Amino acid sequence: MTELPNSTDRKMGLVIDLDTCVGCHACVISCKGWNTENYGAPLSDQNPYGGDPSGTFLNRVHSYEVQPEQGHAQLIHFPKSCLHCEDAPCVTVCPTGASYKRVEDGIVLVNEDHCIGCGLCAWSCPYGARELDLAEGVMKKCTLCVDRIYNENLPEVDRIPSCVRTCPAGARHFGDLGDPDSDVSKLVAERGGMDLMPELGTKPVNKYLPPRPKDTIEEEIDILAPLLAPVAEEPQGFMGWLDKALDKLPGGAN
Amino acid sequence: MHPAPSVIIFTTLSGLGFGLLFFLGIGQPAVTGTVAFVFYAIAFGLACGGLLASTFHLGHPERAWRALTQWKSSWLSREGVCAVGALIVMGLYALGAVFMDSHWTLLGWIGAALSLATVFTTSMIYTQLKTIPRWNMELTPAVFLSFSLAGGALLAGAEAVAPWLLAIAGAVQLAYWAKGDKALETSGTNLGTATGLGDRGAVRAFEPPHTGSNYLLREFVHVVGRKHAQKLRMIAFTLGFVLPLLLILTPVQGLVIKHVFAALAVLSHLAGIAASRWLFFAQAEHVVGLYYGKR
Amino acid sequence: MTHQQPILDTSPKVSDEIRKTTCYMCACRCGINVHMKNGKVAYIEGNRDHPVNKGVLCAKGSAGIMQVNAPSRLKAPMLRTGPRGSGQFKEITWDEALAIAVGWLEPVRHEAPEQLAFFTGRDQSQSFTSFWAQSYGTPNYAAHGGFCSVNMATAGIYTMGGAFWEFGQPDWEHTKLFLLFGVAEDHDSNPIKMGIGKIKKRGARVIGVNPIRSGYNAIADDWVGITPGTDGLFILSMIHVLMKAGKIDLDYLSRYTNAPVLVNASEGPEKGLLMRDADGKMLVIDRNTGKLTPFDQPGVRPDLSAVYEKDGVTHRPVFHQMAERYLADEYAPEAVADKCGIPAKRIRAIAGELARVAFDEAFELDHEWTDFRGEKHTKMIGRPVAMHSMRGVSAHANGFQTCRALHVLQILLGTVEVPGGFRFKPPYPKPVEAHPTPHCKSTPDTPLDGPHLGFVRGPEHLALKEDGSPARIDKAFTWENPMSAHGLMHMVISNAHAGDPYKIDTLFMYMANMSWNSSMNTKGVMEMLTDKDENGDYKIPHIIYSDAYSSEMVAFADLILPDTTYLERHDCISLLDRPICEADAAADAIRWPVIEPDRDVRGFQTVLIQLANRMKLPGFTNEDRTAKWKDYADYIVNHERKPGIGPLSGFRGEDGSKTGRGEVNPEQLNQYIENGGFHVAHIPEGADYYKPWNTAYQDWAVGMGLYDSPQPYLFQLYVEPMRKFQLAAEGHGERQPPEHLRQRVKDVMDPLPIWYETDQQGNEGFTVNALTQRPMAMYHSWGTQNAWLRQLHGRNPLYVPTKLMRENNLQDGDWAKITSPHGEITVPVMEMAALNDNTVWTWNAIGKRKGAWALEEDAPEATKGFLLNHLIHELLPAKGDGMRWANSDPITGQAAWFDLKVKIEKAAAPSDMQESQPAFPAQESPVGTGPKELKWKVGK
Ligand SMILES: Nc1nc2c(c(=O)[nH]1)N[C@H]1C(S)=C(S)[C@@H](COP(=O)(O)OP(=O)(O)OC[C@H]3O[C@@H](n4cnc5c(=O)[nH]c(N)nc54)[C@H](O)[C@@H]3O)O[C@H]1N2
Ligand SMILES: Nc1nc2c(c(=O)[nH]1)N[C@H]1C(S)=C(S)[C@@H](COP(=O)(O)OP(=O)(O)OC[C@H]3O[C@@H](n4cnc5c(=O)[nH]c(N)nc54)[C@H](O)[C@@H]3O)O[C@H]1N2
Ligand code: SF4
Ligand code: SF4
Ligand code: SF4
Ligand code: SF4
Ligand code: SF4
Ligand SMILES: [Mo]
Repeated sequence: MTELPNSTDRKMGLVIDLDTCVGCHACVISCKGWNTENYGAPLSDQNPYGGDPSGTFLNRVHSYEVQPEQGHAQLIHFPKSCLHCEDAPCVTVCPTGASYKRVEDGIVLVNEDHCIGCGLCAWSCPYGARELDLAEGVMKKCTLCVDRIYNENLPEVDRIPSCVRTCPAGARHFGDLGDPDSDVSKLVAERGGMDLMPELGTKPVNKYLPPRPKDTIEEEIDILAPLLAPVAEEPQGFMGWLDKALDKLPGGAN
Repeated sequence: MHPAPSVIIFTTLSGLGFGLLFFLGIGQPAVTGTVAFVFYAIAFGLACGGLLASTFHLGHPERAWRALTQWKSSWLSREGVCAVGALIVMGLYALGAVFMDSHWTLLGWIGAALSLATVFTTSMIYTQLKTIPRWNMELTPAVFLSFSLAGGALLAGAEAVAPWLLAIAGAVQLAYWAKGDKALETSGTNLGTATGLGDRGAVRAFEPPHTGSNYLLREFVHVVGRKHAQKLRMIAFTLGFVLPLLLILTPVQGLVIKHVFAALAVLSHLAGIAASRWLFFAQAEHVVGLYYGKR
Repeated sequence: MTHQQPILDTSPKVSDEIRKTTCYMCACRCGINVHMKNGKVAYIEGNRDHPVNKGVLCAKGSAGIMQVNAPSRLKAPMLRTGPRGSGQFKEITWDEALAIAVGWLEPVRHEAPEQLAFFTGRDQSQSFTSFWAQSYGTPNYAAHGGFCSVNMATAGIYTMGGAFWEFGQPDWEHTKLFLLFGVAEDHDSNPIKMGIGKIKKRGARVIGVNPIRSGYNAIADDWVGITPGTDGLFILSMIHVLMKAGKIDLDYLSRYTNAPVLVNASEGPEKGLLMRDADGKMLVIDRNTGKLTPFDQPGVRPDLSAVYEKDGVTHRPVFHQMAERYLADEYAPEAVADKCGIPAKRIRAIAGELARVAFDEAFELDHEWTDFRGEKHTKMIGRPVAMHSMRGVSAHANGFQTCRALHVLQILLGTVEVPGGFRFKPPYPKPVEAHPTPHCKSTPDTPLDGPHLGFVRGPEHLALKEDGSPARIDKAFTWENPMSAHGLMHMVISNAHAGDPYKIDTLFMYMANMSWNSSMNTKGVMEMLTDKDENGDYKIPHIIYSDAYSSEMVAFADLILPDTTYLERHDCISLLDRPICEADAAADAIRWPVIEPDRDVRGFQTVLIQLANRMKLPGFTNEDRTAKWKDYADYIVNHERKPGIGPLSGFRGEDGSKTGRGEVNPEQLNQYIENGGFHVAHIPEGADYYKPWNTAYQDWAVGMGLYDSPQPYLFQLYVEPMRKFQLAAEGHGERQPPEHLRQRVKDVMDPLPIWYETDQQGNEGFTVNALTQRPMAMYHSWGTQNAWLRQLHGRNPLYVPTKLMRENNLQDGDWAKITSPHGEITVPVMEMAALNDNTVWTWNAIGKRKGAWALEEDAPEATKGFLLNHLIHELLPAKGDGMRWANSDPITGQAAWFDLKVKIEKAAAPSDMQESQPAFPAQESPVGTGPKELKWKVGK
């Protein structure tokens, strides 16, 4: 099982739009809520009301500042969960076969009944997508909500990951990235979707849409300036202009 | 990386244990009876103690047997298989030596090979991790193998090769440190590639995703002060290689003193290797730290 | 070899049942699906059918499960046993609690009802709580709006009969340019995110005006890192540029605003008032005839340009005054650039883009409509520029005028209530005239003479006693802040403590953490609450407080009335209050007990009814002295404000078939529950824009019970009531301002927007602006008890711009001493580059007092977290004459949180400095602390 399948029928994954993510953490908590109650052991919290609270989460939202050579620094919110890599090192390192990649959709999962909690898969993941649950002693990771996306007990519209369903800004998209005609693939093509740490050869399925260019309005002043040409230099002149302009209104003198 | 005592103990002890088994397997020394019993007891004690220690950090040690199943892809599984193989083969071989006064040479050689293979597979668990550039180098297996052989030779009292092996291990250690210090930089992975934002400007981690701590930070983010690390390296190198060399090369009179010196050399080596292992883990930068603005 | 993998159940059972109700992890009022397993809450998700959130949910909303199970929940009524502030209580029964409360309240009502001050926080039952207070007879009632965003509410209502907050919204479907001023999160949390996401998808441009580039501003296409307090100047400068270029919507201005209305120029008590006919209708000159005529006559084309000469006096229209003022060079971009910290070129570019999108990208919807003059229009013209603003503009002492300027900008561009622009949500639009005026006449054993809060039209509506002294404990509606439409909750404790304007007997508060994050000068407030007079009695004799959790404020009360959590009670999110409407629908909602409380707690509204019943308050009692309602649910269904109009507008009439107006329906709550906890009534097409002037909308609104008769009106670019205050200050009329306020009233009550410096006296040497922002994943103080949310924001560094970090030799994690004219705090700092160079900020309300919220005493919130509130005083430093003026907007009394100026110095190294300063001794926790580990799972 620990061997990766040669290929998967589909490549289900997330596309995250860094141009729209406002960093609200809605996806983080929705994920925590769904996965605490559902797949496998609950996501536990240690010292939840104490001095050093910590707990297991499958999705976290970082934030980065980018200082371009010219202009203002930018702030970018950066959600991150398992990228369901095609060449998932976390699967091949697993000694027990607990970690596996599904053939039908490429989802990388942990079989909690087999996991010994050795942590090696987390060591091998460049993205920090796996967290060992301290209460249960097993490895936790994003399941791509495998217990939602095919769940016949849910209405069809809701057969999407919890984090996608909840994202208020619509910054998270879910679909088959193996199908070039899917909405997500088109979005990736259109917006130049990118891989994280491509040099590590993990071939992530999840893609990130880069922020659009920012702070360009001042450069547009040449186009906009003619719009702002004064109608008159003198305040008196303004009244003259006004009179003429009023005549031109619908129902006016001419 | 968080320098977990269990892994430090495991890699230190089992490396030494399998090193000794290797020498015993190739008949160095070719002991039998009670003497053999003592030797094998030490070797198995170290190797098994190490393996046992390694299960301490498991969430579910009772399922540890499952770790033997994925030898086709997993170095950790292969390590398990090799270790079990080495222990069984060398166990049989030891039975022969202790109780039957016989050396089944072929079995010994197979056991020796499996012992070395165990050390090698252990090293590959770390070497394979592209996420930790400091480990992801050919020098990593060299470190594990050379340390194991040097330690084994010391314990086995293989006077002829021990100094050479110690010297080689020391040299490998220095090379490993020198190259390792540059590994993250030269790996090409940085916050720019981690976020994909690198071509827009200088990227800096701003607010962390949570003010509380988490598994990743505890496991992967560990910063050792430069000065502290330098000092520890001196200690590790001195205790691990210099002192043992001096101790075994110092000409002494009398078997007792000689044995005392050899024992001291072994203890010193053990302490040095433990220190080196602590550094091996504590200084290893996991790329996930980049996401947190840490290394 | 074939790939092997475990067989997985991909269709596990999700829940036994879904109960649909309304979220209350904040005041946004999203609809939620509460998934139940074994009778317990298993998972909370957004309700897709709900008009507010359409399925999405924020972090707080999803974390509701940790809130209803929080260890900090109060368990039973409590009576204080230790000194105030200690947190020592004993639990008592409800019977005892109600008897004690009535024992305090009833004598006060018989003797001097104003000695009860009843103030509520961000609850959503203000129409009910005010009804209670009115029945009781005290003038001293308000909710939290005064320290929150009253500038926005009043500026919006006086100018255009509707405001930002959650009372209006951009036309997200059509807008192409969205300007956001001073918003970090706002009440419309999810709708704003959904809207921004939607318009970004369309490629529309978002411009964020904010000293801090986080959250919405981080994803804005252009960021304007303005100097705090200068938005007014920036906006007026854009008005200058646009007017000068003639890029204004003259047709819109002449038809729908008071720009063409003539201003009386004759010297005397009418000077500056709008000219009116005998019926009080505003007069314009009809461009068709050149004659003076009431503005609303059929066929009239109000002239923006023509003047009216009479008796040698030239009366000019409002628009003339605007041109004269805003075309002046003082508003040129070059003149304001330095003050605002925005290059002149940028100001011009943004103004240019506004003009381009408003006029060059104008579009039409084929919706027919008829305006109030009877003119039929075949199309609706869309100007796809929308703006929104909140506390960044509001929480400054010039916020009212700045917000007015913003509305004037919107109106000049013709983008209010048009496709693509800013749209009101019912019950708005609603002109000032349709709002009540304030009432303050209290008589023993008698209800108040009318509603407490309202909109003054002139000095005659001030809440003053015969002798001119303030009638209200918070001094709302006085010369200090004439238009304080929401009261001044932040002044209640300090006035009551000082006995100024008078002493009170009982302070009754609900859902407001007044001894901590909602007060300025927190330490001072704690002292006032515990201060004793010469007899050793507390200066504020009785404090009753209702909270659901063990907050900081609990420790300072004498009697605690513990509330339920939001999933355990009935609530009513009513059209009479802060409903869940959208721009094209009137909607309201309920909460209902989806779980039963496991503690001895009661919904506060029900407790108010029980208190009223014990006191037999008039509004709550039938002729035969029996109680009208037994609990809040009973009230929601059976109370009628006017015949046929009650708290809920849906499912009225005997069989639930009527909407808006209709008889009481005993099954109403069940029908709401069946419908998902809410009710929506859509505005018909053609009535959905131009609402203030659209007869179809007006008729629909009357049918819904929003108005009694159509209320078309003009937007008030020129606010006449303000001029009335100026006239008083100029010596006209009976009610005169006290001498020390005369000049200020003249200056600030300008009927056309102005900008003035908010820099406070005593600020010399304090040069850095200090702000707070709401974290999206945390609601004020409530979030901290939440095991999931507090992992995200468990402490709050002070974010310092790169330049100030360098200048002060600071590095991330260092500690700094921050001083204001009022106080000093020592806190950890962190660098932020995307920040105005002269501004520091932190997350609001993360800091906690030790012992509160069932947290352990070493909780990072209490050791590393901090409040900026210690640096902010409710009064400004003394002026030359020894007077201390309120730290508030002089027009509305809005607390000026964001006028704070500080200085920074590096403090001792972290190793010496373990705790943020000031640190307070722990309060005892009446509920203990929480468990050491959580493994939450209610299924299986
Ligand atoms: N998640 C969450 N949501 C909430 C709340 C919460 O606590 N948490 N609280 C609710 C309440 S009670 C309220 S009142 C609303 C308030 O919602 P917001 O109006 O968003 O209030 P603040 O978070 O105070 O944000 C004020 C913003 O104004 C900016 N600012 C400060 N001064 C200036 C200035 O001079 N000019 C400009 N242009 N910007 C300025 C600040 O940088 C900050 O971004 O949010 C409500 N929604
Ligand atoms: N420095 C600074 N200070 C500020 C602001 C700022 O921007 N900067 N913003 C100000 C603004 S706009 C506001 S609105 C205030 C908000 O300040 P507060 O109104 O004090 O808000 P909360 O902290 O949410 O406290 C409300 C109280 O209600 C309690 N509560 C929660 N749920 C329930 C319930 O269901 N029933 C009952 N009975 N009680 C409940 C909570 O436990 C808490 O004690 O803070 C103000 N303070
Ligand atoms: S919910 Fe959406 S907007 Fe919020 S942090 Fe997650 S991805 Fe970003
Ligand atoms: S992101 Fe990490 S855990 Fe997920 S598949 Fe890739 S390597 Fe494995
Ligand atoms: S922690 Fe579990 S899933 Fe990860 S490598 Fe170990 S056994 Fe496999
Ligand atoms: S897909 Fe599901 S498991 Fe993965 S991050 Fe989203 S909510 Fe969490
Ligand atoms: S914004 Fe969040 S907390 Fe507020 S009501 Fe909506 S879901 Fe609940
Ligand atoms: Mo507020």
